[in-house]
Amino acid sequence: MTDFSLVSFITAVVVMAAPLILAALGETITEKAGVVNLSLDGTILLGAMAGFVASSLSGSLFLGFLSAGLAGSLAAGVLALIGIRLRQSQVAVGFALTFLCRDLAYFFGNPFARLKGEQLPIIPIPLLEEIPFFGQILFSHTAVIYASILAIPCCHYFLYRTRYGLNLRAVGENPAACWARGINPLRIQIQATLLGGFLVGTAGAAYSLAVKPGWGHPQGCEGIGWICLALVIFGSWNPLRVVFGAYFFGMLQLLGIYCQDVFPSLPAQIFQVAPFPLMIFTLIFVHLGRRQPLQSRLGRILHMFSGKPPQWLTRTLPDNIY
Amino acid sequence: MPQFLHRSIQWHSPLLRLFLIVLSVLVVLSGLLMLLRMSPLQIGYALVSGSVLSWSKFSYTLSIWVPLLLCSCGLLYTFRIGLWNIGIEGQMIFGAICATMLLRLEPFAFPPQLHTSLSILAGFAGGAIWGVAAGLLRRFGGVNEIFGGLGLNFVAQGLILWLILGPWKRNGIASMSGTDLFDRQLWLVNPKGWQVAPASLALAAAIYLISAFLLSYTRLGLQIRACGQSPDAARLYKIDGTKISLLAIAICGGIAGLAGSLQTAAVYHRLLPAISSGYGYLGLLVVMLGGYRVGPVPFIALLFSCLVAGSIQLPIVLHIDSSLSGVIQGGCVLIALLFNGLHAKRRSAS
Repeated sequence: MTDFSLVSFITAVVVMAAPLILAALGETITEKAGVVNLSLDGTILLGAMAGFVASSLSGSLFLGFLSAGLAGSLAAGVLALIGIRLRQSQVAVGFALTFLCRDLAYFFGNPFARLKGEQLPIIPIPLLEEIPFFGQILFSHTAVIYASILAIPCCHYFLYRTRYGLNLRAVGENPAACWARGINPLRIQIQATLLGGFLVGTAGAAYSLAVKPGWGHPQGCEGIGWICLALVIFGSWNPLRVVFGAYFFGMLQLLGIYCQDVFPSLPAQIFQVAPFPLMIFTLIFVHLGRRQPLQSRLGRILHMFSGKPPQWLTRTLPDNIY
Repeated sequence: MPQFLHRSIQWHSPLLRLFLIVLSVLVVLSGLLMLLRMSPLQIGYALVSGSVLSWSKFSYTLSIWVPLLLCSCGLLYTFRIGLWNIGIEGQMIFGAICATMLLRLEPFAFPPQLHTSLSILAGFAGGAIWGVAAGLLRRFGGVNEIFGGLGLNFVAQGLILWLILGPWKRNGIASMSGTDLFDRQLWLVNPKGWQVAPASLALAAAIYLISAFLLSYTRLGLQIRACGQSPDAARLYKIDGTKISLLAIAICGGIAGLAGSLQTAAVYHRLLPAISSGYGYLGLLVVMLGGYRVGPVPFIALLFSCLVAGSIQLPIVLHIDSSLSGVIQGGCVLIALLFNGLHAKRRSAS
């Protein structure tokens, strides 16, 4: 990567951000319903392993993604059972799941480590790929990249334009009121958690089958789950802003790779680590945005990134809801 | 107990509870292993023989127990006040870095023993600084301690990589295998046939006893609990919540830094990129499995270190990934939470 070209840079950002978008949107849906699924970092790895193993065994990439999604839902199901149904601390369950899923992935994936596996082919979209500039950026990718781009409007439509999405958001704000209106918050929370888990699982397969193909210990997507959790806060629980954050982080990661060439005296590992704290410390700006007066220009810019979390986030449901 | 622990219910006999939890995890896991056509007995034997069957193995297990016990002790402070100090890994790493800074100083201005002790103290200070940073980010930056801690973990990871590959690189060539060995006089030594330094064991035991006393029988322990359980009531009693929570996270970070400096001075005798070995995260699981209480911590830490030590030879002997120990540990915590939930449900139903 000695010669820098803007088109290939943006194309690479779109690719890097695709799994982040899937996982962060999944987590947004879960958190909008008032549940925090902290297990993302482990679930993504479990999905990556399940996707890689299932596609190597069956030879079908579709089955790979399906089993990755189901693995994600399974992990989310454990959270739903213990954290929602049995009302234990969601943070505690999420933490334990993070480590359990990570180690399960390494354990079950061990026989497949460093084997050559299936990989998604690049499918350019005819005609559209010939548009100058945008053709290469948006229309000559693997299927999962298209899916990540399509997921953005779908998720927004689902949350803000459907009756179910309205109910889901209402449960996140005030489950008692929903219960009184005849909506079952427990059921919606469990469904939202399973759906979110499915998306997170497919994000894992997006890594092991497309973005960073292969499986090993480590796989290379460790730490991404925590970033996705931070992205949801960064995007203040709004899917479009969350996606903006995902592209921003993808860009940081790529800049890290480019910087290795610019500063050869510094060890390359630093640039691989650097985007993670940078992304997390942008959360300070989100916090400042909440406190700045709207009148100032800085205040207006910062306000674009501030929003309130769902009122019932991480809290257990009242005892009279069952 | 802090608010998020309200639902963890105390069972009559903690030992019986722990036994039931471990037993059910082992039963589930054995079923799973048999499905994969692996022999649970063979694996179980490998785990036991690799951790306790000889003094050399057991003393190695103890060398894992020391940092794990220390991290768990530190986490007791932060859990009591209701903080999820996931930044403990970074605190351990920064403690190790600060200790290494002194251990590399030559010539010695002090006698070697004093020099080593001062380095270990520097580790405590370093960890405490890293902990306070996460606390300040939470209080004044509005960054939840989970994310602030994680961010600082990444910063510490970057810092240690830069130091090992840059300014502190080995004579000749920089290598991921760490810095040069420290001067032999500065090592905390192991007696012949031991894999653990008695000084580290004594220090860990002392820190545990002091923490147990401090948390249960002093005003500070009461204030920490008060801020965790009922911040509003604490305010009415003129307890400065900010000060107490910064103090708690500083103590936790300090103890983790101590663990980090012991890893450099007593175990590896140099600075490694993976100096923390994930013991900070494992400490979180230890304390969670112990129901956030002081009493069970050393025993659960010992159980977990047996698993870690035993699993090291799994890849060599049985071609199984060593992460199996992590599966058992994580499984235990989840099953414990499940039992708590079922118990609470039964109680509320009756």
